[in-house]
Amino acid sequence: MNEDFARRVAGHVPVLRLGDVLLVTLQGDLHDSTAHQLQQDISETIVRSGVSGVVIDISGVEIVDSFLGRVLAEIAAQTELLAARTVLAGMRPAVAVTLVELGLTLPGLRTALTTEAALELLAQPVVSSRSGGRREESP
Amino acid sequence: MHTAAGVEARLPIRSDMDLVWVRQHVRQAAALLGFGLVDQTKLVTAASELARNTLVHGGGGLMEASHVGSSGVDGLRLTFSDTGPGIADLDRALSDGYTSGDGLGMGLGGARRLVHDFHVESAPGKGTTVRVTSWVRRPPRAGGAV
Repeated sequence: MNEDFARRVAGHVPVLRLGDVLLVTLQGDLHDSTAHQLQQDISETIVRSGVSGVVIDISGVEIVDSFLGRVLAEIAAQTELLAARTVLAGMRPAVAVTLVELGLTLPGLRTALTTEAALELLAQPVVSSRSGGRREESP
Repeated sequence: MHTAAGVEARLPIRSDMDLVWVRQHVRQAAALLGFGLVDQTKLVTAASELARNTLVHGGGGLMEASHVGSSGVDGLRLTFSDTGPGIADLDRALSDGYTSGDGLGMGLGGARRLVHDFHVESAPGKGTTVRVTSWVRRPPRAGGAV
């Protein structure tokens, strides 16, 4: 019972709705099962609420290994199929360095330095291409 | 003196909960030995990849952490061992993008790039042992350059 309670507390990431966007804040060390649960929760919440964007704040995450990287990329691909866009916000520099060396560059995943920047990115009109990078104005 | 106690450990790898303990221990040990933030992150990430291999492909096993020293430089050595099915083709397992079963393929090849020394022993039916070591890079001595 006690252990079950601990697992539930450790194993749940809150998905908050802010207007047209879902805000997910990852903190500390995630269990594999928690990451899988989150993946499912986000899809279900998008369909239920009809939001058009998801911001995943990973500024509190100390490491992203290939498992978590893959889950994040899958979340982005999933939300795209559900007519929403995902932006990964606040990756730590050491995490970025490590991911590149690991060989996991997560193409197709939009990123922003902060949650605010991610929300601004989502507020911009959708450009046809799926792959992010809309810093330049198209002519 | 105080470092050995915080670095040396034998941790079981039997569930995804154990992966969390492995990562936490490696983080603490690396910090204790004086690794910088980026190197800590690389070590913890490598440990996470290797521990997951031990769990998923090796059917569970053990991580041993130890403090190694060579000519005044501190290092952290991590040994992951399992008694699982072993790896038939090591070269292939170490190549990028190789994946078996669950698609957790960055594991070996990726982890190798994150550490200084990488050694793997495996044979079909004999299990797998991966030993990795990284060294603390000391900053250059002050007083030299202008």
